[in-house]
Amino acid sequence: MSQNTDNTPGTADDFQGLVADWSADKETFAMPWGKLMMWIFLLGDTFIFGIFLVGYMAVRMAAVDPWPATEEIFSMTMFGHEFPLLLIAIMTFVLITSSGTMAMAVRSGYMGDRRKTVLFMAITALLGLTFLGMQAYEWATLIFNYDIRPWGNPFGAEQFGAVFFMITGFHGLHVLGGVIYLTIIARRVHKGVYENKGYSIVEITGLYWHFVDLVWVFIFAFFYLL
Amino acid sequence: MSDTGTQEHPIGLYLKVWGWLFVLSFFSYLVEYYELEGALRWSLVLFFMVVKAAVIMAVFMHVMWERLALKLSLFLPPLVLLVLVAMMAIEAGYIEGLRLMFFSQ
Repeated sequence: MSQNTDNTPGTADDFQGLVADWSADKETFAMPWGKLMMWIFLLGDTFIFGIFLVGYMAVRMAAVDPWPATEEIFSMTMFGHEFPLLLIAIMTFVLITSSGTMAMAVRSGYMGDRRKTVLFMAITALLGLTFLGMQAYEWATLIFNYDIRPWGNPFGAEQFGAVFFMITGFHGLHVLGGVIYLTIIARRVHKGVYENKGYSIVEITGLYWHFVDLVWVFIFAFFYLL
Repeated sequence: MSDTGTQEHPIGLYLKVWGWLFVLSFFSYLVEYYELEGALRWSLVLFFMVVKAAVIMAVFMHVMWERLALKLSLFLPPLVLLVLVAMMAIEAGYIEGLRLMFFSQ
């Protein structure tokens, strides 16, 4: 995190500063290279998920059969009362909580508290696994109980299954990758690998994790709610 | 660039954002629960979505503390997706028309 407080021209965070950042004889982005690379990767990933969601829009608009009602397919009965999208809502809350613990891990990392950093990263990874477990349950329910396939389903437009498995599957893979990434970095933090290098690596891992949460916000809205 | 211990974000801000994300998600769930339909549903769901995304990026991903050069590099390129949305919407309307014309019994 770079804080510019001096008053040299071009250092302020305004249009002048923007021009200076790009044109002056220096690095454009004042940050660790790994962090910049992560941002560029995430920008690319934004396009991947963006294209998936646009594809979903196109396929849904072009479908002649009615689009299956997600609130009925994903509903759950608890205490004799039917809740629409209950599992999905719980998954959303789990992912948000994991984002919160990740933010705490980043903060602890920069404060030099190794023990807490590892602890919060471990909690984040466990919440990610919880999310994956619930997603596996959701997939199993859809495949075995509701007979939904990528090429057809009993509820309406055939394309529903393809879109569902593609988008949630790709997001799930991202969560899985994030859990593995978190585990590796947490282990290295625990071993003290970053004592001299600095803890920006925790922030970089955090960027990836928050991005996975961010994508879920869009999937939750576009696929499940609308 | 070394960033050695200049992380002064108060813990309260993170907790506040965390709480707001819960509240906003709960609200979008209520939209579903009370079965709101039509334009009201779309506007509420999209509003909660945008606010949640903005808060996650601004605070959790630290974008609000970054310089303009990075912010613009992150937010300008994805705008071309809107062009894709427009083109695919036209295309999808056309395909639906064809399907209704030739494949409906």
